[in-house]
Amino acid sequence: MSPPHKSAVFLERRAYQKRRMRDLARGVPVFGAVLWSIPLLWQQGDAGGQGTQNSAAVVYIFVVWIILIVLAALISRAVRSDREQPPDVKNG
Amino acid sequence: MVSFNILVAVALSYVALLFSVAFYAERKADQGRGAWLYSPIVYTLSLSIYCTAWTFYGAVGYAARSGLEFVTIYLGPTIVLVGWWWVLRRLVRIGRAQRITSIADLISSRFGKSKSLGVIVTILAVVAATPYIALQLQSVTLSFAVFAEAGGQPWGADKLNGGAIAVAIGLAIFTVFFGTRNLDANERHHGIVMAIAVEAVVKLFALLAVGAFVVWGIAGGPSQILAQIDASPISQWEQDGARWVGLIFVSGAAFICLPRMFQVLVVENVDERHLNIAGWAFPTYLMLMSLFVVPIAVVGLAILPEGANPDLFVLTVPLSQGRDGLAMFSFLGGFSSATSMVIVSTIALATMVSNHIVVPIWLRVQAGAGAKMSGDVRSVILLARRLSIGGILALGYLYFRVSGGGTALAAIGLVSFSGAVQVLPVLIGGVFWRGATRIGAAMGLITGFLVWGWTLFLPSFGAGAFISETVMAQGPFSIYWLRPTALFGIDGMDALVHGIVWSMLLNALMFFLGSVFSFPTPMERLQGAQFVNVFDYSTGSASRHTDAADAEDLLIMSQRIMGGTEAQAFFQAEAMSQGKSGYLPDVTSHFIERLERELAGSVGAATAHAMMGPLTDGHGMSVEDLIAVADEAAQILEYSNQLEAKSAEQEHTARALRTANEKLTVLSVQKDAFLSQISHELRTPMTSIRSFSEILRDGEMTPAEQERYAGIIHDETLRLTRLLDDLLDLSVLANGQVTLQDQSGDLKGLIDRAVSVAGGDTEGLRILRNPSSEALGVRTDLDRLGQVFINLITNARKYCDADAPQLRIKVGRVSGHYCIDFIDNGSGILAENQALIFEKFARVSDEQKAGSAGLGLAICREIMQRLGGQISYLPGQGGAAFRVVLPPAAILAIR
Repeated sequence: MSPPHKSAVFLERRAYQKRRMRDLARGVPVFGAVLWSIPLLWQQGDAGGQGTQNSAAVVYIFVVWIILIVLAALISRAVRSDREQPPDVKNG
Repeated sequence: MVSFNILVAVALSYVALLFSVAFYAERKADQGRGAWLYSPIVYTLSLSIYCTAWTFYGAVGYAARSGLEFVTIYLGPTIVLVGWWWVLRRLVRIGRAQRITSIADLISSRFGKSKSLGVIVTILAVVAATPYIALQLQSVTLSFAVFAEAGGQPWGADKLNGGAIAVAIGLAIFTVFFGTRNLDANERHHGIVMAIAVEAVVKLFALLAVGAFVVWGIAGGPSQILAQIDASPISQWEQDGARWVGLIFVSGAAFICLPRMFQVLVVENVDERHLNIAGWAFPTYLMLMSLFVVPIAVVGLAILPEGANPDLFVLTVPLSQGRDGLAMFSFLGGFSSATSMVIVSTIALATMVSNHIVVPIWLRVQAGAGAKMSGDVRSVILLARRLSIGGILALGYLYFRVSGGGTALAAIGLVSFSGAVQVLPVLIGGVFWRGATRIGAAMGLITGFLVWGWTLFLPSFGAGAFISETVMAQGPFSIYWLRPTALFGIDGMDALVHGIVWSMLLNALMFFLGSVFSFPTPMERLQGAQFVNVFDYSTGSASRHTDAADAEDLLIMSQRIMGGTEAQAFFQAEAMSQGKSGYLPDVTSHFIERLERELAGSVGAATAHAMMGPLTDGHGMSVEDLIAVADEAAQILEYSNQLEAKSAEQEHTARALRTANEKLTVLSVQKDAFLSQISHELRTPMTSIRSFSEILRDGEMTPAEQERYAGIIHDETLRLTRLLDDLLDLSVLANGQVTLQDQSGDLKGLIDRAVSVAGGDTEGLRILRNPSSEALGVRTDLDRLGQVFINLITNARKYCDADAPQLRIKVGRVSGHYCIDFIDNGSGILAENQALIFEKFARVSDEQKAGSAGLGLAICREIMQRLGGQISYLPGQGGAAFRVVLPPAAILAIR
């Protein structure tokens, strides 16, 4: 009988980096949500035209959008859902 | 100017194209040659049903009215998709592992396959989606009306209705044709997925074409369009923060919870890896869809006369510029958006209605007979689904007629979203939290449904339609706190945000409290484990090691196989060995291994592995299969236990018989050897007696000779007698028939007598003793003990081969026992013979001494055993040495 299994404390470099890429994948939506919450801080427009211009807002929102898409695309190469780490323990 | 008839012809041929695409895809899939059907691109494009006619036409109108708020509808889904690793991946995995057919099925399946939850979700979905379907019908008919008006024949209300009913019927035919062709377990519809992928491309390019025309054709480039935005009525950022966040949340949640989105995201998903691509490809699609919305809106506002419906700018801007072809393309884009949404939505809802409402009712009506006829059930499901499709479209049309179209309908889009979102707490809670229960889910869903209905759905028809204006202003029965737009007396919130916040908060709260204070059924707990730990089971990740709840599932399963008491005992022992109390050990791989082996002992290794598989590997059997197998296995186990008991009994008997047989064989061999020895021993003296008696009979001999021969005969007869006496003695001793005398005496006197009987201390054998050590009182059968001593002294006299034979008799104490050693000064007995000398007829030398039959030591051993002591050969004493150990009980006192 094999001794009681303990998950490894230290992973080899590749597996470690793979996990960090997953953390990155988890971070992208948080990043996006924060960036798209920034418009909440913008000055409200008024009749005198002193507020934030919508033309600038459009540019900001779409630039964030493109950044998110590029990030997600880059990370999706590193993170593959089907290539889970192999089960640490094979029973039987 | 494009004629209306051409438009109808184009629309019809477009529909024909969609039919052929769907048909082609179905055929390819049937032939198994549709690899391209499974590409991530098709999957991504099929997600585009999120962009309905409401977003195709409505987004521009929305932007024209409220600036950038429209974009929230796309930002929410983008966040959900780029975060696919969090939720979507889990949903898709669960959907595949559990063979989920709809969102109602997911909820019902998670909470122990609860029928009532399926019904609740289905009703909620139908109520929330019907206005949305009506909205699609409206947008298509309105777009027709635009062309009719442009052609100089404005449509009246009757024509609008006629158009709507024609579209509804056409959609029903398409959906029934391709949506209910087969009844796959996994509910995939290749034809429809392919058709909506084509439609996705058409609507994207239509909107991009109009946008490009507006930006480069009318405004004159990107920088000009930005300037035009600054000059437009929507130049200022006037966004309500609560609505901004609230709408991002609702749209993101709706992206998961809408039945049609769940259908394409989870049910129609053929490969989990597609999410990987869709995670960035679909946000790109959404971004492109919304890229030109603001430009179209500001240009439309600038060039079209005031009062023009901004919802139709996508059509009217090209038309006003004389771009009929572009307008036609744009029309097809809007048509695609509407039809693809309606088709998928109808299929998803029809699946839910037939699976969770119609079929259960039918089975109940058929009670008893229904379950057996599987083929029958299939056709009933298909029929139910077809009828449901017709029914849902009819409902949408009815809603369109009753609401009368117009602005009331336009506002329903977000209300519909927020209704679908009521499933979110239960959905997320169900897949992440094992403590979620059926009761909690039902309470949350019903609460959310009621609050949504009261604060958003009913008021959306306008004050006075369902809720009177007095109730709106003062609350029902003048309960101030229950005003539909100001629950708990909190005024001044945006109506939509108000409804979303309260419905979600109360929904989630009731779900949480209901779950915490109710107890789940075993089925719920099993399903909960399968859903929440869907990845852990397949990857063996670290979380498995600490989750005590998993052990519970294993216990439940083990009890079904091993029986309650045994399983509990095993789990308790395991927990104790891990230093825990109770019945639930940590689920370590070590434990899994042991448990699997334990189960294998009951049901065989293969079955045990298969049964452990779903709990440890996450795929394979469903929970129902597992339970079925467990019950079956328990029965088999019962039977095999009985067989095993019987076979063990027979085994026992056979072993006893075998032992007895072996003993008999050995005894038989011993008896043969004994007989041959005896006859040999008897024959030797008999031979001499016979020959000498023959000589005597013949006479003619001197008296001296006669006397000598008679003496020999006498000696041999004595020897025979002694031999027979010994044999008799031995047999009596060996059979345990001897009666021991209880006598007391003095060891010294006993040895004295033995020495004198054995011939005394003479020149032939000097006897050396230490009389003081012999002062010992003994209580045993003294005659028998004396017989042993006599035998030993006689043996020494006979066999000691020293020149001056001596025998030392030593009495001493060795490890608590009194021993009497008889040691002579001869050459002793060879090591290999030492084990033999106590056997019957064992004689070390061939030389025959008078009166020796080799039975003496055998008799000594028998006697000592009877007395409770023992006799053994003592090597290494410089001659033959025998040790007699007196039985402890025999010692009276040291004199």
